[in-house]
Amino acid sequence: MPAPDDHDSLLRRTPLHALHVSQSGKMVPFAGYDMPVQYPAGVLKEHLHTRASAGLFDVSHMGQIALRPKSGKVEDAARALERLVPQDIIAIAPGRQRYAQFTNADGGILDDLMVANFGDHLFLVVNAACKDADEAHLRVHLSDDCVIDPLDGRALIALQGPKAETALAKWCAEAPSMKFMDAGPREVAGLPCFVSRSGYTGEDGFEISVPAGDAERLAKTLLENPDVLPIGLGARDSLRLEAGLCLYGHDIDTTTTPVEAALEWSVQKSRRSGGTRAGGFPGAEKILAHFDQGASRRRVGLRTEGRAPVREGALLFADATAGEPIGKVTSGGFGPSLNAPVAMGYVPTSQSALGTKLFAEVRGQRLAVEVAAMPFVKNTYKR
Amino acid sequence: MTTTLYTSDHEWLAIEGDIATVGITDYAQQQLGDVVFVELPKIGRVLKKAEAAAVVESVKAASDVYAPVTGEVLETNPALAAEPALVNTDAQGAAWFFKIKIADRNELGGLMDEAAYKAHTA
Repeated sequence: MPAPDDHDSLLRRTPLHALHVSQSGKMVPFAGYDMPVQYPAGVLKEHLHTRASAGLFDVSHMGQIALRPKSGKVEDAARALERLVPQDIIAIAPGRQRYAQFTNADGGILDDLMVANFGDHLFLVVNAACKDADEAHLRVHLSDDCVIDPLDGRALIALQGPKAETALAKWCAEAPSMKFMDAGPREVAGLPCFVSRSGYTGEDGFEISVPAGDAERLAKTLLENPDVLPIGLGARDSLRLEAGLCLYGHDIDTTTTPVEAALEWSVQKSRRSGGTRAGGFPGAEKILAHFDQGASRRRVGLRTEGRAPVREGALLFADATAGEPIGKVTSGGFGPSLNAPVAMGYVPTSQSALGTKLFAEVRGQRLAVEVAAMPFVKNTYKR
Repeated sequence: MTTTLYTSDHEWLAIEGDIATVGITDYAQQQLGDVVFVELPKIGRVLKKAEAAAVVESVKAASDVYAPVTGEVLETNPALAAEPALVNTDAQGAAWFFKIKIADRNELGGLMDEAAYKAHTA
């Protein structure tokens, strides 16, 4: 018997912890939780399996919060939430979901999140590392209008990949008729779940919120299908990187505005200058100025010439030998589906055009990189 | 005759005369996972014992490989550039990293034999 690690007692466990251990998951600390970084198949095979078939991810460490309007009208919760995010929340139709960011007074990003309209309340999914701060932030600013209800008693399972639809359809007849970003209560294997057609891999797939006590049974049920394999956080990271999706705390943080982060698409016209509800969110002055006048730096995708991965923290240069750094890599690694390194980082907007040749410093050497379109791997969402 | 010794950092050395062929152990490749890139030292470089000599990268992370002894790099393995995954399939054979001319045989005294290395990784 291996001796228990000292950190074990300090780490929280998701309702699927025992299942991960029984599947020989390699457990590591992540955002205060003891999580599987990989299974015996390894990151590379888990990544490729998800793109070819279906992967099951435990994302129960993420925060699930219900925002219940005190008036009973969901549009009042939506109007209230618009005070904290630059997105059009009122326009989210019942049964639909949208990507959003909590911003701060400087226009930076406190967290990124998903917001779904469940008809009589809003359902939020936030990052694990930010969830306590997000909950406090919501209480401070929205308590007059909403009851902030953290759904600590629920687990969250992501089922991603081209065979996710068929795998879920066996247990949820409505799954195939859902479109990308549809979200709402659905029965899965007779259990009271919330299902959204979304994810963090660039693949078609679903996220399933399930009562904690039923989570292991549901995960085992889905894993009975030989097309579905458990996937760890390692492949989750390489999948989202190939999909060009931001990782909070790395690619976006309190110092990056949504415009600098190339997330303009997520800010609807109604909240921009000249819109029907322009501004009215933290940092609006700066964020709208970035929309109107442009920002001086921008998040871009980067491809390398050689096979050496360029990783987070690598400095970017305009010149092969001279000069000061012009930017920095915020995420980088090897993309198994591309069989090549992929990275993203911030560069001056003047050097952000596709095809711009730059250099990344890796172990004292400047390697040629090129600004490249994201997603690196075409997404397969069912629109 | 070839003698194989091991370091506590999970490198192996197959020693023939004053030349050591160096690689990482099977235990090390299992810990690293799928290897996607290997950076080798330049031929002719003189490495100091414990100096970072090579880098082995998995999908997730980069790890240094240290020079187990002081000496000049005589040869590197060209197969690793084309097929880094060789490190996973044949770590202690075809996936050798480099050959080094041992400058000071006294440095070998601090290395482990196979039984000691097995105990070290148990």
